[in-house]
Amino acid sequence: MKKYTDTGKKDTRSGFGDGLTELGKKNQNVVALCADLTGSLKMDDFKANHPERFFQVGIAEANMIGMAAGMTIGGKIPFTGTFANFSTGRVYDQIRQSVAYSGKNVKICASHAGLTLGEDGATHQILEDIGLMKMLPGMTVINTCDYNQTKAATIAIADYEGPVYLRFGRPKVANFTPEDQNFQIGKAIQLQEGTDVTVVATGHLVWEALQAAEALHDKGISAEVINIHTIKPLDNDAILKSVKKTGCIVTAEEHNFLGGLGESVSRLLTTNHPVPQEFIATQDTFGESGTPEELMDKYGLNAAAIENAVKKVIARK
Amino acid sequence: MANYKELEDLVTQVRRDILRQVHKVNSGHPGGSLGCAEFFVALYNEVMDRNENFTMDGVGEDLFFLSNGHISPVFYSVLARAGYFPVEELATFRHINSRLQGHPTTHEGLPGIRVASGSLGQGISVAIGAAQAKKLNKDKHLIYVLCGDGELQEGQNWEAMMYAAGNNVDNLILTVDLNGQQIDGATKNVLPLGNLKAKFEAFGWEVLDIEKGNDLKAVVSGLEKAKDKTGNSKPICILMHTEMGNGVDFMMHTHDWHGKAPNDQQLENALSQNPITLGDY
Repeated sequence: MKKYTDTGKKDTRSGFGDGLTELGKKNQNVVALCADLTGSLKMDDFKANHPERFFQVGIAEANMIGMAAGMTIGGKIPFTGTFANFSTGRVYDQIRQSVAYSGKNVKICASHAGLTLGEDGATHQILEDIGLMKMLPGMTVINTCDYNQTKAATIAIADYEGPVYLRFGRPKVANFTPEDQNFQIGKAIQLQEGTDVTVVATGHLVWEALQAAEALHDKGISAEVINIHTIKPLDNDAILKSVKKTGCIVTAEEHNFLGGLGESVSRLLTTNHPVPQEFIATQDTFGESGTPEELMDKYGLNAAAIENAVKKVIARK
Repeated sequence: MANYKELEDLVTQVRRDILRQVHKVNSGHPGGSLGCAEFFVALYNEVMDRNENFTMDGVGEDLFFLSNGHISPVFYSVLARAGYFPVEELATFRHINSRLQGHPTTHEGLPGIRVASGSLGQGISVAIGAAQAKKLNKDKHLIYVLCGDGELQEGQNWEAMMYAAGNNVDNLILTVDLNGQQIDGATKNVLPLGNLKAKFEAFGWEVLDIEKGNDLKAVVSGLEKAKDKTGNSKPICILMHTEMGNGVDFMMHTHDWHGKAPNDQQLENALSQNPITLGDY
C-alpha cells in the first residue's frame, strides 16, 4: 500500500492565508474581506501587501456578504474570511439571496469549522455548515484536508466563476498531500487502492482514514481510501466505481450526519448502486469544550472509529 | 434641462403599468410602487449617467440597486420604458416562466437587474460593495440605492451604514422611501424609526431631505443636490417623503394597498385617474 508521510504539522487556515497571498500577487481582481478575524484567518500578509484590496468590515458578517456580492459587479473576485459558523449560519439569507440566487462570484472562506475548533465550545463549533451550503442551488462546497490542499484549493477557486464555500480548520494537522498538486474542483482523489471496503473522507478525517487503512491492512482488510475534497459537485463516478468493486462504504466527516457528505453519498448509492454504508459523523448533537483530540475521540471522529465502522460495514455485506 | 411634460407623462404611464401588472396577476405591491414612480422616472431619465446596453459589471456608468424588491412593478415599468427590455413583457409579471419575478432577480437574466432583492435589508451592503469596486476600478460613476423606511428595522442596514461612513464611501447615494407605512400599519405603530435624520447623521452620513417626494421637480433637484455632495468623504442619504399609493386617491393615506391588487372596478377607477399618455403595453 502507498505510504503517506506527514511533512510537519500545519494548520489548514495557514494554507488559505498563503494561497490568498499568492493570489493577491497574480490576480489584481482578487479582493479580501474580513470580519475582525484577520489574524485567525491568516489574512495579514494579503492585508500588508495589498491594503487597497483588503476590506476590514468589523464584526458585521451580514454586511460583509452583501458587500462581497456587490464587489463582483465591476469584476472583482471577493474572498470573505471569518469562522465557519459566522460564514454560514449567521448569514444564511444574505448568502442565499445576494450571492447564490444572484449567481455572484463570491468565495466564502470559512475557518475553525467543526469540533477541532476546540476549547471555545459549541457556540463556535459549527457542524451544520456543509448541509446549509450544499442545499443552496449553484453553490460549490469544498472541505480541504491539509495545508497543501487548502492552499491549492484557495488558488484554484479564483479561476472558477461562481459561488464557492471553502471550509477549513483551526488546529495544526498532518500535512501529507503534494505541495505542487493541481487542485481540481469536483475531482475525487484516490489515496489507497483497496478491495474490501471504500472509505470516503473529507477534511481532517482524510488523514484519519489513511491511518485506519494502515491498521486494517495489518489485519488483512484492504481499504480503498478516497479524499472527497469537493462535497458538491460530488464525484459520483469515482464513488460508484469504487463501491462496485468493494461492495460497501464508510463516509467520514467532521459534521453532523444530517446534511453532510454521508447523506450525499447515500443518495448517490440508493439511486444507482445500493450497498451498505456506515457514517462517521456527529450524531445530531452540538459539540463542547475540549482539546481537538479529546473531542474527536469522544464524538467518534478518528482512525479508531473509522476502523470499527469498516468492520461493521463489511459484516453487513 | 429636463422636459417635465414628457417626464410627467412617463410618470402617469408608469402608474398605469404598475396598476395593470398587479391587477392582471391579482398580486404584487402597488402602494410603494406608486409612491416611488417619480423617483424612478427622475433617476433613470434625468439623473443617472447610463450606458445604452446593459452589462452586469456596469463599468463607466452609474448603477442603481433596489433594496426593497417588493416594489418591482415600478422598477420593471421604468426599466422597460427606458429600453432595457420590451414593454410587452410587463404582461408576464409574476406569471409562470417569466423573467419578471415577484421580486427582482438576476436569475432569469432580465436586463437592468444586478442583484436579487426581496428579503429586506440587503441592498445597502450590496451597493457599498459595488461602490468600492468602482473606486478600485477608478470609475468615477456613482452608485444609487433605494430602500424602504420600514426596511430600516433590519439590522444589516445599520452595519452597512457604519461601514460606509467609517470608510468614506462617498460615491454612494442612498434614498430612503419615507412613506411611513409597512405591512402591519404605520411604521410609528409597528416599530418607531425615531429621528432618522439624527440617526444617519450620528453615523456620519450627509443627510438631505426631499420633502415633496411625489413632485418630479423636487425629486430631480434633490437628487442633483445629492450628486453635488458626493466625493466629499461622506456617504449621502436622502430622506424622501412620499405618499404610498400616490396618484390613486383611494390607495393613498393608508397602508392597505401595500401588497394588495385592485379588482376590475378598482382598476378602472384607478386608471381613469391616470389617463393613457405614452400608450399601454
